[in-house]
Amino acid sequence: MYEASPAAQAATAGKAHARTRSLSTQRRINVTIKLILAIVLMLFALYPIPWIISASLSPSNTLVNQSIIPVGATLENYQKLFNDPQHPWLLWIRNSVIVSGVTAIITVALTSFAAYSFSRFRYRGRRTGLLSILLIQLFPNTLAITALFLLLKQIGSWIPPLGLNSLGGLTLIYIGGVLGFNTWLMKGFFDSIPRELDEAAIIDGATRFEVFTKIILPLARPILAVIGLLTFIATYGDFLVSRVILKSSDNFTLAVGMSLFIREQYNKQWGVFSAAALVGAVPIVILFFLVQKQLVSGLSSGAVKG
Amino acid sequence: MAERTNNLTLKDIALRMLGLGVIDAVALWFTYVLLRDGLAVVAIVLVVVTILINWVFLSDKLYPVRWLTPGLLLMLLMVVYPLIFTIYVSLTNYSDGHILTKEQVIAQLQGRYYQPKDATSYKWTAYRNPSSGKFIVVLQDPQGKYYTASEEEGVKPLNVSGELPDKIGDYEKVDRIQSLKYLGDLEKLNIKSGDNLIRVSSLDTAKESRRQYTFDPSTDKLTDTETNTVYTPVRGTFTAPNGKTLDPGFATLVGLDNFLRIINDNNIKAPFFAVFVWTFVFAALSVLLTFALGLAVALLLNDKDLPFRGLFRSIAIIPYAIPAFISALIWVGLLNPLYGQVNGMLRSLFGISPDWFSDGTWAKAGILLINTWLGFPYMMLLCLGALQAIPTDMYEAANIDGAPAWVQFRSLTLPLLLVSVAPLLIGSFAFNFNNFTLIDIYAQGGPPIAGASTPAGQTDILISYTYRLAFGGGQGADYGLASAIALFIFTMVALITSFNFRYTRQLEEVT
Repeated sequence: MYEASPAAQAATAGKAHARTRSLSTQRRINVTIKLILAIVLMLFALYPIPWIISASLSPSNTLVNQSIIPVGATLENYQKLFNDPQHPWLLWIRNSVIVSGVTAIITVALTSFAAYSFSRFRYRGRRTGLLSILLIQLFPNTLAITALFLLLKQIGSWIPPLGLNSLGGLTLIYIGGVLGFNTWLMKGFFDSIPRELDEAAIIDGATRFEVFTKIILPLARPILAVIGLLTFIATYGDFLVSRVILKSSDNFTLAVGMSLFIREQYNKQWGVFSAAALVGAVPIVILFFLVQKQLVSGLSSGAVKG
Repeated sequence: MAERTNNLTLKDIALRMLGLGVIDAVALWFTYVLLRDGLAVVAIVLVVVTILINWVFLSDKLYPVRWLTPGLLLMLLMVVYPLIFTIYVSLTNYSDGHILTKEQVIAQLQGRYYQPKDATSYKWTAYRNPSSGKFIVVLQDPQGKYYTASEEEGVKPLNVSGELPDKIGDYEKVDRIQSLKYLGDLEKLNIKSGDNLIRVSSLDTAKESRRQYTFDPSTDKLTDTETNTVYTPVRGTFTAPNGKTLDPGFATLVGLDNFLRIINDNNIKAPFFAVFVWTFVFAALSVLLTFALGLAVALLLNDKDLPFRGLFRSIAIIPYAIPAFISALIWVGLLNPLYGQVNGMLRSLFGISPDWFSDGTWAKAGILLINTWLGFPYMMLLCLGALQAIPTDMYEAANIDGAPAWVQFRSLTLPLLLVSVAPLLIGSFAFNFNNFTLIDIYAQGGPPIAGASTPAGQTDILISYTYRLAFGGGQGADYGLASAIALFIFTMVALITSFNFRYTRQLEEVT
């Protein structure tokens, strides 16, 4: 490495000092330009939102001649969400919440079991098992949607509540699809919990199961919450599987119900749709902001939200 | 170490036995159902899996595997099995018109009857049981002999002297006017008489019809008894020597036919190729655009002098936080060519009004616009993280060397950034490669490709094309072809991710 001579260093310092004043003006200009750019980008990011809010409050229920500030604002569109027998919005949202909730809970339970085994026991075939799970989960099972459809059709001929057009069958597909990745995530976290804690507990007479419920799970609460919430959000946003599996309006999730409702109806149902979009999106946005810190660290391990 | 796994309490053991008992009972019942439905292979797999479950839960040596069992079973059922089944279906002609098994089709064809020219016609009188509502029919043949005929008992001779009786057992005679009322029900009766079938065909006559097809399992041939045409099964359809085929066909293995169709059939090849190219273009441009915009925003927000950074960051995340299907639906409304806000703005600013949905090029542009909006926050978050990980002394050194900002960006920031985010860019590519939600919501793949014999649209990507082949469109479901294309996607995803593995060396770090 080359070392600057003391003289050269002094010269640089002097120059730098002389530049400070002009730099600060330049920096101010710089920041102003950046601020303007940032505001423009934020306008792009927020662009659809004022239109949706305004449409949801507007009595006209159409895209035609929409103004950004609704004329004669009313909550009519929101009321329609509650009492349209043809389009049971609340039922759809409820279905989405139930399916996503059950998927999240069962996923957290099953992945924590599996992760406990992978993290705490040493046995033959363990590494192979881990690698196989890693490889299998690379093939998103939604790609095999035709096979899943035929599988559920077959299952449904024996057990209708798990067959086609059932929320049970849909939930099973979702859980199967996310187990692999989340087992890995969970195992990584369990590995960071010191094994000495387990050993101490076992010496004190705890069973393996007690170690799991009384030591590992309480310490792993953050990762349980993150996996649960992320699974919930991803499941809530699925469109492909639900579109293929669900057939009758009573069983639709919000994604299916909403997209079929508004298809070709933009001119006639824009207001009601906007109200539904806001009601359907706001809870998820709130959940998302709850987990976004952990998401940022999870991002670097490869989690892509659907 | 004093582990208590071995001295379990009685309650623990009882619970475990109860659980296993329930599982075994259910499995047993299912094995019966599977065998009844002729699915012997699945039944065997079920028995093996059940035995393994019992083994795992009874052997102390396999204790660690117990924890894995539920998750593993679900993964096998919902991930591994569908994958294998996809391979199987891709080798069959499973599609509308070829849904049933061969046995089912033969049974169906053997249930067809025709009326020969010399068919016997009978006069009939109906008798009805008032309590059960069932019928028997008394037939009189052209020679004047009487028979009783019913679905359950077939045809039996009946001795009648003079008038027909008013009652036969519990059955009461139905007069002609009443017969008219019941005619619909009577015409549905299928009365077997040997190989033939007798059906009530009008108020006066019942006619004998003959079985149209007979199947000979030893030669695997189906014969039309009326014309003596012999049909042989060809690729899931019974076909006569003159090329005439019988509906329905059945599902059967057809080898690599589906794959060859993609290569050879011009009406499939051209649209498939178009869809294939657009899938890559769409995924690549999506990554490029979202990354470029995300990086730009990240660079802006990374400047410590910028006010409201936290607020800007939160706002920029919003597109990522809204469920994608809702955002996509909203954008489709905003892009409406006639009334949408975007075209309203473009008209007043530039005097143009693009047709975002029926013009292929504009449709693709619209999709990329929406996807950039949907995806840039993810890239921004990635880049913000990566930027903060770049050591600041490198910039100090560059400053001392007097490197201008854009040189610093090009030869310092960008290379270092790419090293850490490249695997995630590949991940994002793989995600968009299969981004069904956006493509299907935008225009269901439309506008259509002219001249395609399969339902393919100009904005369709492989996964949405697969979906349309299997479940959509007026041209009937083609599960075989859909599965062949799904396998193609699997291969692509496998290639992309194996590349990623090599890059990140993730596999080697498994402990």
